[in-house]
Amino acid sequence: MVEIRMRVNGVSESLDVPPWVSLLDVLREHLGLTGTKRGCDQGACGACTVLVDGERINACLALAVQYTGRDITTIEGVAGGGDPHPLQTAFIRDDGFQCGYCTSGQICSAIGMLAEHGAGSASAVTEHVAATGIALSGAEIRERMSGNLCRCGAYNGIVRAIQDVAESPR
Amino acid sequence: MTMTERPPRTAPAGPSVGRPIDRVDGPAKTTGAARYSAEYPYPDLTHAALTHATIARGRITGIDTAEADAVPGVLAVITHRNAPAMRPAPSFSMLDLSTFASGTSVNYLGTDEVHWNGQPMAVVVAETRDAALRAAALVRLSYEELPATVDFAGAEKDARPQKNSALQSGGATKGDAEAALAAAPVSVDLRFTTPPHHHNAIEPHSTTAAWDGDRLTVHDGTQNISWLRRHLALRFGVRAQNIRVIAPYVGGAFGGKTMVWAGTLLTVLAARVTGRPVRMMLTREGVYRTVGGRTPSTQRVALGAGRNGRLTALIHTSVTQVGRVGGGPEQVTSQSRHLYDVPNILLQQNLTELDALSNTVMRAPGESIGTFALETAVDELAGELGLDPIEFRMRNEPERNPIDGKRFAHRMLREAYALGAERFGWADRTPRPGSMRDGRWLVGMGVASAYHPSWQFAANVTVRLSADGRVLVRCGFHEMGMGGATAQAQIAADALGVPFEAVRVEYGDSTLPTGPGAGGSGQTASVAASLLTACDKLKGSVLALAGRSRESPLRGRRSSTLEARDGGLWTGPAGESYATILARAGRDSVEAAVGSDTRLGAMTGQLRFMSKFMLDRRRWVKAACGAQFCEVRVDPVTGEVRVSRWTGVFDVGTVINAKTAASQLRGGIVMGIGMALTEETLVDPRSGRIMNPGLAEYHVPVHADIPPLDVHYLDEPDPTMPLGLIGVGEVGITGAAAAIANAVHHATGRRVRDLPITLDKLL
Ligand code: FES
Ligand code: FES
Repeated sequence: MVEIRMRVNGVSESLDVPPWVSLLDVLREHLGLTGTKRGCDQGACGACTVLVDGERINACLALAVQYTGRDITTIEGVAGGGDPHPLQTAFIRDDGFQCGYCTSGQICSAIGMLAEHGAGSASAVTEHVAATGIALSGAEIRERMSGNLCRCGAYNGIVRAIQDVAESPR
Repeated sequence: MTMTERPPRTAPAGPSVGRPIDRVDGPAKTTGAARYSAEYPYPDLTHAALTHATIARGRITGIDTAEADAVPGVLAVITHRNAPAMRPAPSFSMLDLSTFASGTSVNYLGTDEVHWNGQPMAVVVAETRDAALRAAALVRLSYEELPATVDFAGAEKDARPQKNSALQSGGATKGDAEAALAAAPVSVDLRFTTPPHHHNAIEPHSTTAAWDGDRLTVHDGTQNISWLRRHLALRFGVRAQNIRVIAPYVGGAFGGKTMVWAGTLLTVLAARVTGRPVRMMLTREGVYRTVGGRTPSTQRVALGAGRNGRLTALIHTSVTQVGRVGGGPEQVTSQSRHLYDVPNILLQQNLTELDALSNTVMRAPGESIGTFALETAVDELAGELGLDPIEFRMRNEPERNPIDGKRFAHRMLREAYALGAERFGWADRTPRPGSMRDGRWLVGMGVASAYHPSWQFAANVTVRLSADGRVLVRCGFHEMGMGGATAQAQIAADALGVPFEAVRVEYGDSTLPTGPGAGGSGQTASVAASLLTACDKLKGSVLALAGRSRESPLRGRRSSTLEARDGGLWTGPAGESYATILARAGRDSVEAAVGSDTRLGAMTGQLRFMSKFMLDRRRWVKAACGAQFCEVRVDPVTGEVRVSRWTGVFDVGTVINAKTAASQLRGGIVMGIGMALTEETLVDPRSGRIMNPGLAEYHVPVHADIPPLDVHYLDEPDPTMPLGLIGVGEVGITGAAAAIANAVHHATGRRVRDLPITLDKLL
């Protein structure tokens, strides 16, 4: 057993788990935060996406011990001060889901993606890698969100929701 | 315009019906609050995992559980040596459709026989999920192996004609199609193959089971609560009333959660053995090993036509696979009965039996792959004739059902093509293959018809109207993403003349009146039919209450003259609110029910429904149809195919919710794009083992594969359906793969008749 301490959605957590336990299992099985989903346990679907210090990762591929001292945000923690996150609202308005099982991962991933884009990182479809102020076109969003599968095929709604939020003034 | 009887709209869209209302479960699903089957907390919960056979056929000769037992936290390793008996899978009976729910006929852990590569042979129960998974991998099995037939391609020659049943026929003939084909001045005779597919709902099959004496609670993402409940009652020898199935949220299903598969049964069994609540979420690989998928197929489509572009012969035959332990025919030739006006038709479906897991229903079983073959062949023949593929289709658009002359309840395929061509810009297409380019990309445009029959099932519903104006609809239907609660609330709101927000819908629980299964795109229409009847009954009861008082302006009125609006009942300007009527009568609420859940009530209800349904089917051919348009770009160097534009125009009757219906149609198209370009379950032809049981190797479409999909529906009611609505869940996938294959041909001049259209096939 190893002791892990981390902040999850702003709350300090401390627990003893075997060293092989994944961050996903810590969230779902130990902390009861079942909003983060398990779709494959293999890093292939993105349903388990959470934010670590603002960066998106697949929690199923992360050993919990490696995240000691880090700040984890799950879908349960993305809303600020009682108001839903703009992406949560946009997903409902633009019908960015059907069954809802990939949705937590899509929203967390989109938050991380927008931050990456804001920090100027390029993607495989960016024309000039060195460009600054890359426009967040539909193609850019689709490329950057391709780690999050939606078998219900709600992709159009998801992209629209992200675009709406990216374009709306902060 | 096709000649169909189309009386004016029977029920105009009301203030709620037809509107793009946000899903009522949106807040739950976007905040992580929605609980799926593996997410209910139980004190003392344990976790289970499966050990799978690694041979296709034989017997277990030895089981070594020593290493598994030694894993800390392991509570039980259950095998056929120590498992309590489960009753065998029931044989099929029309009187109890739940007998249809057995995923396979195997009595898991009741036998040492292995029937397919991947069959679960042991269940490990442990304190944690990772302990159970680790121990399950350490259970050592030895076998006596028996010869097995596992290769579909090799077994094709042993296929036998499918027999006709009450619900499905394996073949049909009209005229002499072979002779007409031989005589036709222009013809094609083609062979197509499609691989097995898997549903890959993002939520793996999950069950949480808890026994309390002989009472059982099960959380299971099922598409058919009542089948599951009755099936579990049969297998575990308890009364159905003692079982509660809870499934308000299902994380995708697409047919894969219709039958009862090993995971569900063995979780319940493990809970009985350990005396503690057990949860099992299958691994992604476990889903492939224990839940069936779509059959592979080979198909022959031969078409003959005169030089005038009129079809004279249509032959469509297929071979699909079933497991020796289960599975059934998939109606691959179904659309070929309905799409073209041909004097000579020959259809025959054939089945070959394998030592493999049962095939099972997956989004538009039959028509998904059947339309691929038929609609590709039609495109080829249009090319041979030098005709535009839409023009060719319109020349052969039938006025009555081609195979038997029955009337179409509704058919607007011409209108769908006309509108689609306009929205898509079909006129810009230059016919010659390879003639359109955009930079280095070869550009192609293709079309194909979509077709899916509409189904309806029995549904029990109650509606309660409270004195405060609120309405509660209760029905044990299923929510896998269709937005059922939202649509039914819209229907009830208009039927009772109350605001949408006043209606609450309870679903997804066996304590509710028995709902229909979620299948055959029939759930919305099935619930709607009963809900409308219940609302009428309810209004009748309210009117009767009003009529008791001399003060009521409704006294003496007949229900046929009434209008429900503004939270009450009215005849012209005279009327009063429900609140007033109920208050005067001293009632808190009024309730109406359709259907009964007593044993006798359920049986007679089912019989009455079936006879009405069969009679209706004898009179009418009912279906959703549509026109799929797509544009692809093909890289001439790498053979990479990108779908760049899409327009789908669908005839799906009245649309209840413009937002969710469009999403469902898009979802079908997305799965069709996967089927066309990437999806393929690979089976080792020597061992029968699935070689790519995971989302990293079975490629479902990702964001980057899906352009904006322009989806449109004609919104004309089908006069024979409740509110005029036809289901939208499956029609979207039909025709999609053919539209892509036709576009690829237009771009490259290459015909690919073997799905998926991967790069290697274009080089
Ligand atoms: S569960 Fe982590 S990527 Fe699928
Ligand atoms: S909403 Fe069902 S998988 Fe995305």
